[in-house]
Amino acid sequence: MKGSRRESRPAGRAFVPLLLPVLVLLVWQVIVSLGVYPEFIIPSPAAVLAKFVDVLRDGRLLANTWVTLSQTLAGLIIGVALSVLLGYAIAKNRLLDDLFSPLIIALQSTPVVAYAPLLVIWFGSGPTSKVVTSALIVFFPMLMNTVVGLRSVPKSLRDLMLSLRATPWQMFIHLEVPAALPVLLGGLKVSATLAVIGSVVGEFVSARAGLGWLINDARYNYDTPLVLVAVLMLAVIARVLYAAVGLVERRMLAWRR
Amino acid sequence: MTSVSLAAQQLTITYTLPGGRSLPALGPITFAIPAGQFVCLVGPSGCGKSTLVRVLAGLQPPTGGAALVADQTVTEPPPEVGVMFQDANLMPWRTVEDNIALPLELAGVSREERRYAVHALLPKLGLADFAHAYPGDLSGGMAQRVALGRVLVQRPGALLLDEPFGALDALTREQIGLDLLEFWRQEQQTILMVTHDIHEAVLLSDRILVMSRRPGRLAADVAVTLDRPRAIADTYHETFGQIAASVRDAIERA
Ligand SMILES: Nc1ncnc2c1ncn2[C@@H]1O[C@H](COP(=O)(O)OP(=O)(O)OP(=O)(O)O)[C@@H](O)[C@H]1O
Ligand SMILES: [Mg+2]
Repeated sequence: MKGSRRESRPAGRAFVPLLLPVLVLLVWQVIVSLGVYPEFIIPSPAAVLAKFVDVLRDGRLLANTWVTLSQTLAGLIIGVALSVLLGYAIAKNRLLDDLFSPLIIALQSTPVVAYAPLLVIWFGSGPTSKVVTSALIVFFPMLMNTVVGLRSVPKSLRDLMLSLRATPWQMFIHLEVPAALPVLLGGLKVSATLAVIGSVVGEFVSARAGLGWLINDARYNYDTPLVLVAVLMLAVIARVLYAAVGLVERRMLAWRR
Repeated sequence: MTSVSLAAQQLTITYTLPGGRSLPALGPITFAIPAGQFVCLVGPSGCGKSTLVRVLAGLQPPTGGAALVADQTVTEPPPEVGVMFQDANLMPWRTVEDNIALPLELAGVSREERRYAVHALLPKLGLADFAHAYPGDLSGGMAQRVALGRVLVQRPGALLLDEPFGALDALTREQIGLDLLEFWRQEQQTILMVTHDIHEAVLLSDRILVMSRRPGRLAADVAVTLDRPRAIADTYHETFGQIAASVRDAIERA
């Protein structure tokens, strides 16, 4: 809360966060120049850049980015919506808690990569299986956060609301939602990056489009620059989604600063 | 709202502890507080004072007997009653203004009317400059003033205050106590205030109820015969000392 606000950087040091990326680029270029590895294992930064321009021009980059991004967003929205609904029910109802807990704990600890092939068998190699994979990978952490968030609502504030004769709906909208919001948004931030992973895992198993498919395809053709371009694009997607949630967080949780 | 009476009739509370053992926490206790009276409730720690407040506030049902507000048996939180606890219990995501306005908002009062009511109250609470501050930026005393504002804005017929100033330093609590007296002088709500501070009880109230050790019963009922309006100077008065001594006596014998 207080004090957690990040101090702004002194003016002269704005370049500090850039140091490491520049260093990485330099080391990369040096390794390539020394010619220790063949081009198809470690291509030069220039080759990657050229490839980037290439696939940007012929439309493959944006088309595949859009496929992965749309699957990710659909999975994220569906996964979050379902987990928040079920989480609310579980937090409110002991019976549902006892009913669902064992299953949830079992499923939660199974790696997605392990059951992703099943999802492709069941939902086909089109976008649906990727959306389902994304939704599932988001579902469990978000469910936990919802339950924890709602259970963390202080009893004293519940009593206050009761003494003010609040209706169940008022209790929800004026107390439970705002009280659980920090935990929920924290979960959403993690979920945003997880959803990208879900899509890509699905695409790795079987797909006809998407950045994950592009990576696989490029790998078969020893087109390592294209692999790198696609990986960087995925990093950009994840980072943008994360930042978007961060923005929402800063706006909605202004009171914490 | 016109002030309302408070009463307990053969009221008992027994808690069931995990393991099934039962713990008599309160009573049987019987008392009646006429509308408009300012009563303080004192007693040893754990004797059931908070429990009594919660029952009168309709937050938990009695095990036996009845709590009455305006001569009606309490079965749910009565609309005439405002409750305030030891912790300010503010919503950290609401500004001072919105925290105070909460009861009105829940009651469906329009935004303009809420603003009007809150801004009439803020200067009297010494919070005029803090309408848009968040609770995280307030001192303990200011937070407690916000909580007081939140309970006063409903213009309740009776106030139930459970150690409302218990967490504050002596000077702050004396001042905020006198401010409460000023509000009470204007509105004449019935007040039942739990406190550990005999000095505070004598300074503020018309009457002091002393409870015995758990399960708390009525051990003494002391009238505070000091004139109104009260001021700090009254605390040096001979009668003040005598009343305080008799209350202390009653607590020790309880
Ligand atoms: N929910 C509960 N379940 C079980 N026992 C409880 C519960 N609430 C209170 N008690 C017990 O009931 C007794 C009375 O508690 P209460 O909080 O009313 O006392 P109090 O007079 O307000 O004490 P204090 O002066 O310390 O605030 C205590 O022994 C307490 O441990
Ligand atoms: Mg208490």
